[in-house]
Amino acid sequence: MEYFIELLLSGLTRGAIYALIALGYTMVYGIIGLINFAHGEIYMIGAFTSFIVATILSIYGFPLLAIIVLAGLAAVIWSASYGYTIEKIAYKPLRKAPRLSALISAIGMSIFLQNYVLLAQTSEFLPFPQLIPDFPFMEPIAHIVGSTDLVILVTTTIAMLILTVVIKYTKIGKAMRATSQDRTMAMLVGINVDRIISVTFIIGSSMAAIGGLLIASHIGQINFSIGFLAGIKAFTAAVLGGIGSVPGAVLGSVVLGLTESFATGYVSSDYEDVFAFSLLVLILIFKPSGLLGKVESQKV
Amino acid sequence: MSKRVQSLVVCLVASVAFATAGFTADTIKIGVAGPHSGDLASYGLPSVNAAKLVAEEINAAGGINGKMIELLIEDTVCKPEIATNTATKLVSDGAQMVLGGICSGATKAALPIYLDAGILVMSPSATNPPLTQSGDYPNFFRTIAPDDAQAQLDVDFAINNLGLSKIAVIHDKQDYGKGFAEFAKKFIEESGKAEVVLFEGITPNAIDYSAIVQKIKRSGADSVIYGGYHPEASKIVTTMKKKKVDAVFISDDGVQAQTFIDVAGDAAEGVYASGPKDTSTNPLAKKAIEQHKEKYGTGPGQFFDNAYSAMLAMTNAYAKAGSADLDALKKVLQSESVDTPVGSISFDERGDAIGVGFSVYQVKDGVFVEVE
Amino acid sequence: MISAGELKKSLVVSLWFAFLTFPIMVVRVDPVESTVLWRWHNMVYVIVGSFFLSIIFRYLLHRRDIQTSRKESGQSNPDQTLIHRWLSNTRSRTIIFVSLLAVALAFPHMPYLSSTYQVNIMTTALMYVVLGLGLNIVVGLAGLLDLGYVAFYAVGAYTYALLNYHFGLGFWVVLPIGGILAALFGIILGFPVLRLRGDYLAIVTLGFGEIIRLVLENWGDFSQGPSGISNISRPGFFGIDLTLDQAIIYIYYLMVLFVVVTIFFVNRLQDSRLGRAWIALREDEIACQAMGIDKMKTKLAAFSLGAFWAGIIGVVFAAKTTFINPASFTFLESAIILSIVVLGGMGSIIGVIFGALVLILLPEYLRALAEYRMLAFGAVLVLMMVFRPQGLIGSIRRVYTYTPTKKGTTS
Repeated sequence: MEYFIELLLSGLTRGAIYALIALGYTMVYGIIGLINFAHGEIYMIGAFTSFIVATILSIYGFPLLAIIVLAGLAAVIWSASYGYTIEKIAYKPLRKAPRLSALISAIGMSIFLQNYVLLAQTSEFLPFPQLIPDFPFMEPIAHIVGSTDLVILVTTTIAMLILTVVIKYTKIGKAMRATSQDRTMAMLVGINVDRIISVTFIIGSSMAAIGGLLIASHIGQINFSIGFLAGIKAFTAAVLGGIGSVPGAVLGSVVLGLTESFATGYVSSDYEDVFAFSLLVLILIFKPSGLLGKVESQKV
Repeated sequence: MSKRVQSLVVCLVASVAFATAGFTADTIKIGVAGPHSGDLASYGLPSVNAAKLVAEEINAAGGINGKMIELLIEDTVCKPEIATNTATKLVSDGAQMVLGGICSGATKAALPIYLDAGILVMSPSATNPPLTQSGDYPNFFRTIAPDDAQAQLDVDFAINNLGLSKIAVIHDKQDYGKGFAEFAKKFIEESGKAEVVLFEGITPNAIDYSAIVQKIKRSGADSVIYGGYHPEASKIVTTMKKKKVDAVFISDDGVQAQTFIDVAGDAAEGVYASGPKDTSTNPLAKKAIEQHKEKYGTGPGQFFDNAYSAMLAMTNAYAKAGSADLDALKKVLQSESVDTPVGSISFDERGDAIGVGFSVYQVKDGVFVEVE
Repeated sequence: MISAGELKKSLVVSLWFAFLTFPIMVVRVDPVESTVLWRWHNMVYVIVGSFFLSIIFRYLLHRRDIQTSRKESGQSNPDQTLIHRWLSNTRSRTIIFVSLLAVALAFPHMPYLSSTYQVNIMTTALMYVVLGLGLNIVVGLAGLLDLGYVAFYAVGAYTYALLNYHFGLGFWVVLPIGGILAALFGIILGFPVLRLRGDYLAIVTLGFGEIIRLVLENWGDFSQGPSGISNISRPGFFGIDLTLDQAIIYIYYLMVLFVVVTIFFVNRLQDSRLGRAWIALREDEIACQAMGIDKMKTKLAAFSLGAFWAGIIGVVFAAKTTFINPASFTFLESAIILSIVVLGGMGSIIGVIFGALVLILLPEYLRALAEYRMLAFGAVLVLMMVFRPQGLIGSIRRVYTYTPTKKGTTS
């Protein structure tokens, strides 16, 4: 039984990690219908920025709390700026183009950003400082849930709640939904569509930045190539949950994380990804628009 | 953009000009093939640095028999199909010797092309045993021990020196790690003194390994033998420490790197890893690391020592043989030993280095210390 | 020509980039030694570089928009490029194809230009032409986004490798087996995903591709796992032993033949009843069903026919490299093949050919840029899509123009 709970919790943590990246994925998808392959790279840049800032600050002897806040802030600022800029360069000129063109542009952007960081920084793996201290009250169960894991779980939950509220009740959230439903109509009712899309990219990238900071702190190392696989997994999770839906992204991530964890624990980690993808196929066969996705009726 | 296009045009024109000029330039062309982009770049780029350092030093001293070394650095991304393109490019560009093949798979794909052209290939890191043992590739040499030798050493150490009996064998599903792990499993089973309680592959680059660590814990293993590279190894040992799993961690020379300790921090303490013998006291190794720090500002990465040694062995063979003729080079490599950062080495009939002493290291106070 | 306003805009852009690239380009920290390296010279490069690049970027974007708006207002059709006009004329089309074929046939014997290396990478490029044409059936014609196409390629490659390894079967025997087996896998994948649309389909195909690769990686007894299968025989040539150089040239000619055959088949398919059904399916599934087209059959035909070509090329791939392991069949490979189709121009055969040549030869010729190779490749991918979103040579819809005064003509 204890083994089961351990696997459950490690699956939940894994799910929460995926969710941090998947949230941004799903928002961007929701608004412009683009699989933003560069999102994993934005997460990587967020992790790198926080790494650089945290290292500088710790060299100059700042207190831990200041390091966390400033590194997080820097990661958010720069990741958001990258997200904003990428949208302007690589996606905005393709608004009217076929959707696949934007997809290829996104793949190109992802390759570009990976190599940009490889060349400007290093190909080596770098040690990421442990930013979240070990909380004393977590000590008795530290072998099951670490302090960083706890922070990740809490952050993911809060982020999901805030995003849901923002999208449901605020003016900007309404504008986002309007834009995603019908861009032309949104424009006609006076919504500045370009601005809304930019804002979505900024929010999504900020989420990725926070994810970058927390996840890198959990793993303890970073490298230019961490974004790609994480991005693919997050995308899978977002689709599983119903792409475009914020609670769906979290649910999909948790389902994916649990599947991987139990597959490793009870079967074999050789095939953990096979289980994950098979589950994906199964769920999509029975629910073709994901767990919480909207079923759209098709019209001719 | 325009600048880039311009330089591209210049480069293209220059390369065409060179190609047509043929072999008139009196240099020794050494190809350097390995992954220089993509997610395995961190294993390929240190070899490029090593080749550059050796070439610069030799050229500064007047070259070999008055000939300068020219490096032809080409990316293989560790993919077989790109590696064959790279091989034909190096052959077409007139490479006389090749440092490389970082991954065993890509190296295997490229070797027939080099063999056909009679080019000597020396790898700093391709450890797959059939590369030398199958006898298919008489032009292949390496400055690293094959998987089976290392696995034997690690297993002997675990069973005889540490007295471990329940071993979990974990690997990263890649050709290097899985090859090593399969040999380790075989040797453990053959020894009869210990049992393999778990044999599993993990997904490289995954963001979290807590499930597999729980599984190791549940299997009751008193030790883990891991086949793979340091990024995953450091994630596993950190997770093991967090989850309070105190099994002994033993690994291969993909882990025996300072980067592992830098990344894993405290969790690295006590980890065993096999690696080339006493590089720390070897003056050549010290010199090589100094050179690297001076030129690139950082410590060298994975397989740097092996690549540096391979460059020394090849250039020495060339100097003695007086040409890049494969048979002449082989004769020198097999008969004469040469001082390198991994020790004084020569090569056996099959192409494996003799004298690349392997020993087991343990992390003590943040450095790998050789275990007596 | 360039107004002060433009310069000011570019100045803002360059300052923005200076800010944007600051942490990654300027700072470099070493947490172990606790040192920080400030590389301010990089910032100067970024400012100067982005200043000029932004001027060029905006100018080109502006030009593109003018063209698009012209097209929309019907003044002229920029898609109707020279190539299209040539292609629409039967005689000039024949001339183009014959001369292209002549160049392709003469290529290995051209002095100065060709070498073993050149022939080798050209063979690779031709392989991707066929792969692109195969995927074009699925994505370009039938409109089904497939991100796991590489799985079928792997099926073909492993079919040959394993049959050759265990039973010593030759290239020509396995060639059809590889293709048919891949087509079967296409149907196996096709069944469960019939209901899925768009990106849900994309992710399932991606998952399928990964599953195939993971099985090959983990099922060591079957596929020899990550260490791969070596010493696969090259294609036989009437029992004559070829030297390596000859074998490379031989495979090159084989590929030229395959490309010609594929072009012929795909071209005929496109104009067939099935091809038109695919296009109808792409445009509107429901309307298509309402017209009495069997959706299931049509989709499965697209998947299996697309997979068939991948299987064939997989066999060639295994024979060409003589060694295969799962590392060649990653998701990135699928992405590259998809890029070929989109970049070339979806649904357009000639476009796909150009796309493959550009995308496969580009990284090879970019080797001159050494470590900047993949950086440039990524940038080129983005820029090509931004400036030619419809692809290099987009497919032209057949338009029937009725002019009452004269006879009806097609253009």
